[in-house]
Amino acid sequence: MGYSGFQVIKEGLFGQKGWKPVWRDPEPKAEYDAIIIGGGGHGLSTAFYLAKEHGMTNIAVLEKGYIGGGNIGRNTTIVRANYFLPGNSEFYSHSLKMWEGMEQDLNYNVMHSQRGLINLFHSDGQRDAFARRGNAMINQGDDAILLDREGVREYLPYLDFDNVRFPIYGGLYHPRGGSARHDAVAWGYARGADQRGVDIIQNCEVTGIDIEGGVVKGVQTTRGAIKAKKVGIVVAGRSGQVAAMAGMRLPIESHVLQAFVTEGLKPIIDHVVSFGMGHFYISQSDKGGLVFGGDIDFYTSYAARGNLPMKEHVMDAAMTLMPMIGKAKVLRSWGGIMDMTPDGSPIIDKTPTEGLFIDCGWCYGGFKAVPASGFSFAHLMATGNHFEAAAQFRLDRFRSGVGLMDEEGTGSQHNLH
Amino acid sequence: MRITCPNCGERDRREFYYQGDALALDRPSQDAGLSVWDDYLHNRGNPAGDTKDLWFHEAGCGAWLVVDRNTVTHAVHKAVLAEKVKR
Repeated sequence: MGYSGFQVIKEGLFGQKGWKPVWRDPEPKAEYDAIIIGGGGHGLSTAFYLAKEHGMTNIAVLEKGYIGGGNIGRNTTIVRANYFLPGNSEFYSHSLKMWEGMEQDLNYNVMHSQRGLINLFHSDGQRDAFARRGNAMINQGDDAILLDREGVREYLPYLDFDNVRFPIYGGLYHPRGGSARHDAVAWGYARGADQRGVDIIQNCEVTGIDIEGGVVKGVQTTRGAIKAKKVGIVVAGRSGQVAAMAGMRLPIESHVLQAFVTEGLKPIIDHVVSFGMGHFYISQSDKGGLVFGGDIDFYTSYAARGNLPMKEHVMDAAMTLMPMIGKAKVLRSWGGIMDMTPDGSPIIDKTPTEGLFIDCGWCYGGFKAVPASGFSFAHLMATGNHFEAAAQFRLDRFRSGVGLMDEEGTGSQHNLH
Repeated sequence: MRITCPNCGERDRREFYYQGDALALDRPSQDAGLSVWDDYLHNRGNPAGDTKDLWFHEAGCGAWLVVDRNTVTHAVHKAVLAEKVKR
């Protein structure tokens, strides 16, 4: 069943009683052609594209909690393609194009809003770095405009331009950047996958991976054993534990990243804005809440909640950049568990076990990658070959030192990203 | 989060710099081979539960500590001087 404007009006007239659940709640079968471990954004989009692009419909997504309960519901919803290094550039460019067609593709309103992203800079050196980044984006075929101080003032008049310590020199404007309703992305992909026959099985935790003679045979779960010739691990912060079931140690540390939302306010922040001299980025949700976040807390954590020092840093940065929001009340803060790699770039690859694949290491940037990650991982699982735009995301790049993508230029080492 | 430094007593987390897993203390020999070094530099057990990691008391006594900590609850059990752990 597709959604239409006519249906919305009809349901509005008859008390919204005609809506039905948009995916089934099936019992797990004894065997599937492929199993996706993890029903987050990436897992659901993988299942969707396996079904849509590769005709693999006898597949299941196993989720230990509920759909929309993990990092897909715990992020700051920013969508952008402003990467710099070959490998990342073409991938995120591809992902942004997929975002632009997602609602038609899914027949689902994910409230994708290309309101523009402005990364501010506060020194001459930073301007040079952003000019270089902007050129890399343009070379990739995406959009970037270097704004001077007056250019920024036209878009963001409310900033503290003359802050004594961090005056604003300008910003890199990425008009096609923006945000989306994160839960709707999960729901849209879940519905799309379900419509194509994919079993989405919630409350089903994988407890073991069955391997015989180096070949994957299936998984053990809290709802029984399930056989499959192909298994994909897409579990973000839990990658280390699930990979350990297959005897692997990953180049991943799990860290906590915090985010915050204020009470609903009238429209005031029209763009996605990031501060260049501290960890702070902000946008306003369609409900009116200011959604903002900072950097990871910088110690390994699975707590899904952070500590006060990073909260203080984020609030400091907010007050430095836009003192006008100082009286807004913060309603909630939360943490997501980030799968951090040494170079800060992701992994979509085969594992040493035949038939077992892994998609992980999205660090704090997984949301914008949801469509292209699923598309690329589905391509890899179905065909055995890497999708071209994601071909650099190799698991062995740390071991070999070839193809590292250290986007921040800080070094390929844990605790630097 | 507060960490009890053996030299300084209980101090705010902000006084400490986080280095990472305490396996950094078990540095392989130079000729240990590629896969051993790869494992040492990059791969992690990444436990959900008790872990041991290295913290530097940057804004205090300047000692390196091995901290026994829980990654799920954020409880800090114990901190000892790294020089005592490392022979």
